[in-house]
Parts: sequence; structure tokens; C-alpha cells
Amino acid sequence: MSALLEVRDLDVTFMTPDRTVHAVNGVSFDVKRGETLGILGESGSGKSVTLRSILRLHPEHRTRWSGSIKLEGVEILTMDRRTLNDLRGQKIAMIFQEPATAFDPVFTIGHQIAETVRRHTGKSESDALKRARELLEMVRIPSPAQRLKAYPHEMSGGMRQRAMIALALSCNPSLLLADEPTTALDATVQIQVLLLIRELQRELDLGVIFVTHDIGVAVEVSDRIGVMYAGKLVELASVEQMVDAPRHPYSRGLLASTVQGSMRGQRLEAIPGAPPDLGEVPTACSFAPRCKFAEPQCVSAPPTLGSVGDSHLVRCVRAEAPA
Amino acid sequence: MAIQSPSLDIAGTAPLGAALTPVSRGYWQSVRRRLGRDPVTLICGAVLLLIVTSAVFAPLLGLADPYKTSMIRRLYPLGSPNFLLGTDELGRDMFSRLIYGGRLSLFMGVTPVACALLIGGSLGIAAGFSGGWVNMMIMRIMDVFYAFPSVLLAISLSGAMGAGAENTLLALTLVFIPPICRVSESVTTQVRGFDFVDAARASGAGALTIVRVHVLGNVLGPILVYATSLISVAIILAAGLSFLGLGVKPPEPEWGLMLNTLRQAIYVNPVLAALPGVMIFITSICFNLMSDGLRAAMDVKA
Amino acid sequence: MDALVPRQDRAKDRGGPAQPLLLAEGLRKHFPVMGGLLGRTTKVVRAVDDLSLSVAKGETLGVVGESGCGKSTVARLLIRLLKPDKGTMVLDGDPVDEPHGITVAELRRQVQMVFQDSYASLNPRLTIAETLAFAPKAHGLPASEARERVRDLLAKVGLEPDTYMERYPHELSGGQRQRVNIARALALRPRLVILDEAVSALDKSVEAQVLNMLVDLKDELGLTYLFISHDLNVVQYLSDRVLVMYLGKIVELGSVEAIYGNPQHPYTRALLSARPSMDPRKRTKEAPIQGDPPNPIDPPSGCRFRTRCPFAEDVCARLEPQLADTRAQAVACHMRVAGSGHSKAAAP
Repeated sequence: MSALLEVRDLDVTFMTPDRTVHAVNGVSFDVKRGETLGILGESGSGKSVTLRSILRLHPEHRTRWSGSIKLEGVEILTMDRRTLNDLRGQKIAMIFQEPATAFDPVFTIGHQIAETVRRHTGKSESDALKRARELLEMVRIPSPAQRLKAYPHEMSGGMRQRAMIALALSCNPSLLLADEPTTALDATVQIQVLLLIRELQRELDLGVIFVTHDIGVAVEVSDRIGVMYAGKLVELASVEQMVDAPRHPYSRGLLASTVQGSMRGQRLEAIPGAPPDLGEVPTACSFAPRCKFAEPQCVSAPPTLGSVGDSHLVRCVRAEAPA
Repeated sequence: MAIQSPSLDIAGTAPLGAALTPVSRGYWQSVRRRLGRDPVTLICGAVLLLIVTSAVFAPLLGLADPYKTSMIRRLYPLGSPNFLLGTDELGRDMFSRLIYGGRLSLFMGVTPVACALLIGGSLGIAAGFSGGWVNMMIMRIMDVFYAFPSVLLAISLSGAMGAGAENTLLALTLVFIPPICRVSESVTTQVRGFDFVDAARASGAGALTIVRVHVLGNVLGPILVYATSLISVAIILAAGLSFLGLGVKPPEPEWGLMLNTLRQAIYVNPVLAALPGVMIFITSICFNLMSDGLRAAMDVKA
Repeated sequence: MDALVPRQDRAKDRGGPAQPLLLAEGLRKHFPVMGGLLGRTTKVVRAVDDLSLSVAKGETLGVVGESGCGKSTVARLLIRLLKPDKGTMVLDGDPVDEPHGITVAELRRQVQMVFQDSYASLNPRLTIAETLAFAPKAHGLPASEARERVRDLLAKVGLEPDTYMERYPHELSGGQRQRVNIARALALRPRLVILDEAVSALDKSVEAQVLNMLVDLKDELGLTYLFISHDLNVVQYLSDRVLVMYLGKIVELGSVEAIYGNPQHPYTRALLSARPSMDPRKRTKEAPIQGDPPNPIDPPSGCRFRTRCPFAEDVCARLEPQLADTRAQAVACHMRVAGSGHSKAAAP
């Protein structure tokens, strides 16, 4: 089965009068239908930039792209505006951290979802409202008929997030992009939304890219996890491989420094230092300055993404070495 | 998305891969750097500087006497020999009068704004920082003044107090206190909501110390920008009052008054009659553009 | 070792180790919600309702709960950034803001706070040295001594003084800024530090650095922490005792072992099982509770958790459960009180 989305050698550079930021440097990955790829990274790792590039959401005049992003074989980076606008919402939908930005506060939830359905499908108003109701049922919003008439501010955070998912799914997209959709939610609500996304992905056979900084969340929803650092994918593996045997020193450090209750009384294994400046194209391994295994080889050239077994890719010269 | 700054976050344990830039840049330095890249603001600043210095040093420039009338050479056109910009309805040298006029017009523009800045700014910061009923009292009083259109208020105050430069200054100051107070109050309220003000309160410092150290530095910029934009309004209002005969009295050279007295000349020599207006226009637009430029340069999240 | 804080310079321990460092009794804070045409108070947010707690000397008391549960309000009440509507506070035997007691200013010398947003809590116009010297100077320390203290503070939180003193907040990373915030909280040599979501905004690898530092500082300076967080793992890692809040009320309070090992309140259980599993083979199948926390305006009658509780019965709507001691912890749930009228409660 061929991939739903193919990203190859994606570079994203932002140019401002003040500075240039090489936010993404040569990222490649595939997403299949019915699969969730988790992209894990800290702030500044380029995870959200990668995700937004798929819909070309960056300001055009300040962004330089290269590489290729293909959805079902069709190139997105060179696509003209109109085709791109059709693609957004119809084939690829996106959900964000803050649902408040997705809804207009002066219209009801039902009106906004129905409006989107009508715009993309040309259905009549009553049919569109019926569809909006189905969508709210689909995202398990209780008493959907009443909720259609609610304004965004009348809903709780969890309900708004569900409504945003309903809005995103209104035109049957095949790929769902999720940018930290549960980060702003409370713990007991977060797990509900994670489970919902997982169920919908299965029911609708969606491809999902789920960007998060939270390892626990990534493990909970993903089939595969990609770890990003300084604009590069440093490791890509199945979720089991990632949890059981991460190979890149950064992935290992990230897992080790994530606080678990059981670590009480122990000293946490922190990764020293902070991520590098992205002002220049890296000429060496970006993690080397913080890596306790760094060798001369690490700073001579940037390491390549190599396979260390069954679809497990690692960008480290020491990947072959035992853990 | 936040891009990490180039630095090493360490407890002395990290292998040093990059060096920290040794010089640290303060906020005002970055503002200056941004201003340096903004040609419009720079040009406006230069024009204003030229107008202001020539007005201030007018007596030293060896200009013709701006008061010396002559019945023979009335309303000479622009470019006449010895009279670069012609002469007015009483035969006085226009160029000299325009330069000298700048002294009064600028003074009438800047002084009331400066006074209003002092009074309105203090009231606004006090209202914003105290909140509660103090805020309520101050702001409701301001609202009363706000209810009158500023032109009308200035005219009625000047009318009531009588013509003359002092009364115009007083009237204009009163007109500008409410808007400056309101802007000061709103930026102060905003700054007061930041955690660093709470942290300062939690450290047990007194209100005056907190205002001096933590509030002033953060609110003065926006308030000054706003005040700069008011100078052009003040110049126009002062000119307007003089034009109506409520401000400066003849024969003082003042742009608004000159516009008034040259009224009759409009059919004879319209370009000449428009010259004071041109000066008012240039000055006020320069103040406005400069205020916009300052705002843009200061409105930076570093 | 303890060069920064000579013990004699700090407020003295008065009541001995058995006397709680901070005792709060019946704290209440309601925020009026303005509404209507004339700006009248129409509703109140019941942010904190009759909450009592004590912090023992040298311990770390963790406070967990979801947004809107009032945990940040508690922090601001304890340092008197907010004035409580009701309730009393006692700091090491001295009543606060009462005749014969200590003033709010003295309370703030001994109790300090670190805020969540590392950027908003630093004045962007001041250098790090100016920010850190502010409080000592405001308390009358001469400039030269204040500068010396700034150097000590920076060194304490792992920032090279010469490199960072003259920098501005925007030139620092999030982790560095939070270190500066912690240094500022230590500037007056407090005894109790309230950490309000102090590591929540940091990246995981940086969070671990700061947590290690907090543990070191506590040992070194003999501090007491009140650690407020929504992250159950971090609270478990750091705390000796844990307090669970829901809609302005304490629902459970006990040792960290009791709360995490044997939670009694249905809400505590739900919170704990809502944590992601970190094991792809043992994924969560079902959310422990449904819905969002209700609005703290007009909270449910009786037990405030009853609208989401799977075990709710009539008695839960009628009577408000009191915080009652069980063997290891205190729980506010009718199921744990013998003879309460709940079908799962033991017979009286």
C-alpha cells in the first residue's frame, strides 16, 4: 500500500530583516492511511513548522521551502493557490491547541460547522445542519441538538476541542494534522480527547500526524513516533521500539528526563545545556554539544539517517553501537 | 513557535559548544537600531529638527525684521528679489515671518502637551496602578471632559477666558489631559497585570518604589508616543484658535494667525496665502509619522 | 557550604520543628463577576471555599488539581497578593495581619513565590542584576552588598554571574529565566517558597535540570516548599505530602505514598488513572471520568464532584462531605464516612 503523505528532504527557512532561521533541515517521512505518526520534540525543534508546511500555512513572502510534500502523489509545495485552498479542509484538516482560534465567537457552533459543510459540498442548509448534528454525535458531544445552538464561549474547553475536531472532519478528510490539541486541556479531559482521536482515526481510516511535546501523550496515540531536534528528525521508530529501545542519545535523554513518579528520591537525568541556535545550516550533529557520547566524528559532518533494523531509523554515528 | 536563543542553559555541566555573545543589548538600543532602519521616521525627524532649530535660532539667522511693514511692497509674489517667499498683506517678509512664526506655533503645540503629559500621565498612572475606587474617581472625572469634542472645548475655554497666548496654553492643556490620562491608565493597568509587578509586591516593596522601578519604564514609551501624536493636534488647534481670533494677537507672527490675516489675499496670491498652512501641514504630519515610527520601533517583543 | 544564607541572617525558627511553619484556617476567596447594565455584582466565582492547610517545617507540600480548582488562588492568598474574604493565617506561631501578630510585609519576607510564566514575571526593561537586587534594596540593603548578593544568587541557581548579570530577560532561554525567577524568590532569604506551576512551561529536558536544582536548594538552604502543579508525576517526585483540590475545596490530603498508593477519593483515582500510561501495550481503554470540571460559578450543591462521580447518590447532592481522617489520609467523601447515608459507606 502506498503512502498517503510523502515528505522528502523538507527544508523550511524563515527570513526576517533581523535574522534567518533554518527551522526545518531535511525532514523525510511517510504517513499511511489508518496510521498515526507522533512527532515529538521540544519548543524550537521544528515539529510544528513541519506540520504547518503540509498545509503551507507559513507567510509566503518570508518563508523559503525546498524538498517535496506529496499527498496521494500530488505535490503540495508547488501547487497553485486555488488547488491548495480546495485541498485544505477537503483532504487535509487541522486541529490546534487553542480551539478558540478556530471558531468565530459571534456565530453558533452549529452554524459554523454547517457553513463549512455547505461551502465544500454545496448541500442545502437543512442537510448541512443535519450533517453538523451527525458530526457532533460522532465526536461524542452529549445532547448534540442543543449544542448546535451554543456559542463557542458557552462550551467548556473539552467540548470546544471536540467541536473543533467535528469541524475538521466535516468534509471527510483523509489526513488529520493535530498540533498539540490536548496541551491546554486538564488531565481528565485530555485523556478523553486522546481516546476520541484514536477511535475516530480507526473508524474513519484517517492518517493522523500528531505533534506534541509530551512523551506520554505521544505514546498514548501513536503507531510510530518521530523525534525531532533542531529541525531534524533524529529518530523514527514504532512506538514499541521507541519506548523499549530508543537509539538516539537525545531520545534516550528525553525519555530519561521525563519525570515518572517512581523516580522519587533519585536524581533526574537531565540533558545539560539548551538547543542550538538555528541561524545557520548545521554542519555537524546539532546534538553533539549536549551529548555525553560525542566523538570527533560527530562534529566533522552532519550524521545521516540510517536504518538500525525493522523500519527503525536513527540519525547518529553511534547508532550501531550497543546501548 | 519560539526559537530558542543562542545560549547554554547550564549548571556548569554542559560541554560548551557555542559562545555567548558578550555584549548584551538593552531595549532602547534595539529601538534605536530599528529606528535607524526606518527612512520615513528619520526624514520626518530631520525635517522637524530643521524647523525647530531654525525657529529657536531665528534671531541669529540674519533674517529680515518680521515686524517691519511697508505699504509699497505688499503681497509680493514668491521668488521676488530680496523676498524669497514674497511679502504679506502688510509688506512684511514672509520667509522671516514663517521662521519666526514657528517659534510661537511650536511653543503652542509642545507646551500644552508637555503640561498635560505631566498632569494627565501622573493621574493615569495613579489610576491604573491603584485600581478600585481611586481609578473610578479619576476616570469618571476625565470622562466628563471627554464628553466635549476637543475643538469645541478649546474654543469655549479660550472664549470664556479671553484671547491671548497664556489662555490658549491653559485651554489646550485642559483639552489634552483627559486623552493622555486615559492612555496612561490603560497601559498602566496592562502592566500591573504582569507577574513581575506581583512579584515586586510580594517582595514587600512600597507602591511608589514599584511604580518607579517596574511601571514607569514600561509605560513611558507608549505614553510618549501618544503624546507626540498629540503635538500635531495641538499645533492645529492653536493655529485654529489664533485664526478665530481667540489665540495669539497680531502683530505676532504665528502660523494660524498668519493664515487668518492673509485671508483677503487668497484671490490675489493664493500660493502666498497658503504658505502658513503648508508649514502647519508639514510640521503636524512629521510629528504624526514620527510618532507612528516610534510606536513601530518600540512595539517589539524582543 | 552555606555561604549565601548565614542562618542568623534569616528569620529565626521560633516554635521548634513540631510547630507548623504556615497554618491557614478557613481561607475563603470569592470573586464577584460584574454583569448587568449597571455593573452590579450578579454572580460570584467561588475560587477557594473554607480551605485549611498546614505546612510543616522542611517539608514539600504538593498541591494538585485541574484548572479552575483554585490552586493558584491559594498561592496568592498565602502570600497575600489577594486578601482573603475570610480566614486566618499563622506563620510559625505568629498570626498574620492581626494585632499582636506580624505584618503582611514581614510575611512576605519569609514567604516568597515563583510564578509559572518565566517571561511575564521578569521586567523586560531591567537587567537580571537589577531584577534580583530590587527586593534586597527595597529592604534597605546597600547597593554594594545587594550586588554581592546578586552574584551569590546567580551562582546558586547555576548561572555564571559575570555572564548573566547585565543581560535582559529576552536574551535568556526559558529555563534560564526560570532560574532567575527562583533566584529572585530566594533574594530575601525566605523560609517558605511557593512554586506555582514553576516548571510547567519548561521543556522536559530543562524541567529535569530545574527540578534537580530545586531539590539541591531545598537541602542546602533548609527551605520549605509549597509546590503547586497540574503534573501528577512531578508532584509525586517532589512532594512529601499531597493535597488534591477540586472546585475550591480540598478533596483529599495525605502522605505522597498514601495518595498515590491508595487513593480514597473517586476524583483522586480518576486523576491518577488519567495519566498516560507510557506503555503502548497497556494503553488506556476508557477515560476514568467523563466531561469537564464544572464552572466554579454556581458549583454543584453538596459534594462538588458529584456531577462527574460514578458513585454519586442522593446524599451527595444534599450534604457537603467534610474532610475526615481515615487511617492514612483525610478524605472528603461520603463513601468514606461510616453512617453517612451513602450505600457504599460502612455502617455507623
